[in-house]
Amino acid sequence: MGNSFDSEKIIEIESLSKQFKDLKAVNNLNINVFKGDVFGFLGPNGAGKSTTIRMLVSLIAPTDGVIKIFGKTLKRHRSEILSNIGAIVEKPDFYGYLSAFKNLEIMGKISGKSISKNRIMEMLELVGLGKRYTSKVKTFSHGMKQRLGLAQALLHDPELIILDEPTTGLDPQGMKEIRELIIYLSTEKQKTIFLSSHVLYEVELVANRMIILDKGAAKVEGNVKELLNSKNVHVTFEVDNPEKTKSLLNNTIWIDKLDTSAKGKLIFNLSPDEVPQLNKYLVQNNIMVGAVIPTRSLEEYFLNITKKASE
Amino acid sequence: MIKLINIELYKIFKKWRTYIGFIAITILVPVIEFALKIEGHKSLDFMTRDLQQSFVFIGNLLNTYFVSYLILNSLTVHVPFLITLVAGDLLAGEATAGTYRLLITRPVSRMQIASSKFIACIIYTFLLIFWLAIISLGLGFLLLGTGELMIIRNGTILVFAQNDILWRFLLAYGFAVLSMAVVAALAFLFSALVENAIGPIITTMAIMIIFLIISAINVDIFQTIKPFLFTSYMGTWSMFFDKPIDTYEIVKSTLVMIGHIAGLFGLASYIFYKKDILT
Repeated sequence: MGNSFDSEKIIEIESLSKQFKDLKAVNNLNINVFKGDVFGFLGPNGAGKSTTIRMLVSLIAPTDGVIKIFGKTLKRHRSEILSNIGAIVEKPDFYGYLSAFKNLEIMGKISGKSISKNRIMEMLELVGLGKRYTSKVKTFSHGMKQRLGLAQALLHDPELIILDEPTTGLDPQGMKEIRELIIYLSTEKQKTIFLSSHVLYEVELVANRMIILDKGAAKVEGNVKELLNSKNVHVTFEVDNPEKTKSLLNNTIWIDKLDTSAKGKLIFNLSPDEVPQLNKYLVQNNIMVGAVIPTRSLEEYFLNITKKASE
Repeated sequence: MIKLINIELYKIFKKWRTYIGFIAITILVPVIEFALKIEGHKSLDFMTRDLQQSFVFIGNLLNTYFVSYLILNSLTVHVPFLITLVAGDLLAGEATAGTYRLLITRPVSRMQIASSKFIACIIYTFLLIFWLAIISLGLGFLLLGTGELMIIRNGTILVFAQNDILWRFLLAYGFAVLSMAVVAALAFLFSALVENAIGPIITTMAIMIIFLIISAINVDIFQTIKPFLFTSYMGTWSMFFDKPIDTYEIVKSTLVMIGHIAGLFGLASYIFYKKDILT
């Protein structure tokens, strides 16, 4: 998992805003990403994640604010900066009438670095497309295109990798492989990774720092473990007798933490420390606990944050 | 830049639509030449019926030069459509396919991308006209042979000796490339504006048709507009078959065409440079 190796800033976003006619897609956003970070860029759909990423890779121009990458302003040093960035922006699209190899060869030629045919094959092997290198991309599934997108992002061995929802459309095995690849790139190759997602769990598994965006503005930013561990989680307890369990809890502190109950499941709002305590209490009182399932969706976490802010 | 142009040419020639123009010419020109070989003397008799009382026509007048001249005459109507098929797709095609995101996130400037695409399109245009010349003159040579070139323009008979023809064709085809480059630049401009390749193709052809109609109708009100329409200068290639050649008019038309290309390409590049890529 990524760690800030030192205080060298790879991305500095200062007061970034983007206005589309009546819509302020990004509003006065400030972000710092340090060397070696796996930086989670979270937010619900429409929060402004993709707009921010598009500004980072110069697909769209900011209305206001400054983007510095590798200590240089993107506006002035665009080519120099982009030669050291690999990116997947939204869905992976390629020239469907060309083969996977030819697509990467073209991308390699305009990457600003010399890319050998062996390097292209190495990347295709890395993402599991080695045997399909001559196939036209139009015959690929979404998952295969996503993998090819990763290959093109890594092709020129960039220092900064920007991944916009890289696991979208992948099966569970594919998602796991992408997460492992992110961890490998961060720990073994010392890459800085800017990972956009709307799945908190995904970010929690790979990122060391994160920011949550809503309506174009940052809601919370910091160390992933500190942010998540300090917050309550929803935990589902599957028990043999829910009614008996509720009666048992009636005169205890736990009843206030019970959120909902249905079909043999009791959902509690607990801090991480309280989960084993409640489990122990139930077992000691002869309640059979079949499963303890923590659930923490981004939406829940996000609601907690905004609730706290309004208090 | 050369690397980028090569990539763009590779992409153009990997699309089947690129070959529509070449296939159309490969089919259309032989059909015309075969038809003229069989029935052409009747057409020639009809064209010269008023002059036959005063002149005696001898030799092979229905030859490759005569037929190639006729085919070149139809250039302004057919070939622009074939050019727009490719030029209209250059930028809008990338937007439709979502591949703008691949290109623009690379360390190449938008100006380089626009320039390389346009240059590749001009090379395609050149190759299409070159193919037209090869098929027209080459197949015509095999089917109809050579001879003197006789043209009747505005009631005047112009006859060119065999050794005085090829250089005129060379310059005429050269000017045709320039004319078609204006069409390409217009389609390229529309291609920068929208995100679907069909729009630029239809819009360019619509403008061509409107301009050609205005250029062809001799009404006073249109006379003031005509000098500003590039279609009014597209027939300048035929001036290379004048005696003497009106160099001033040819240079003027050439400058107008170059001005159009520069203006349309400049505007397209500016729009592309400023464009937010949202596809």
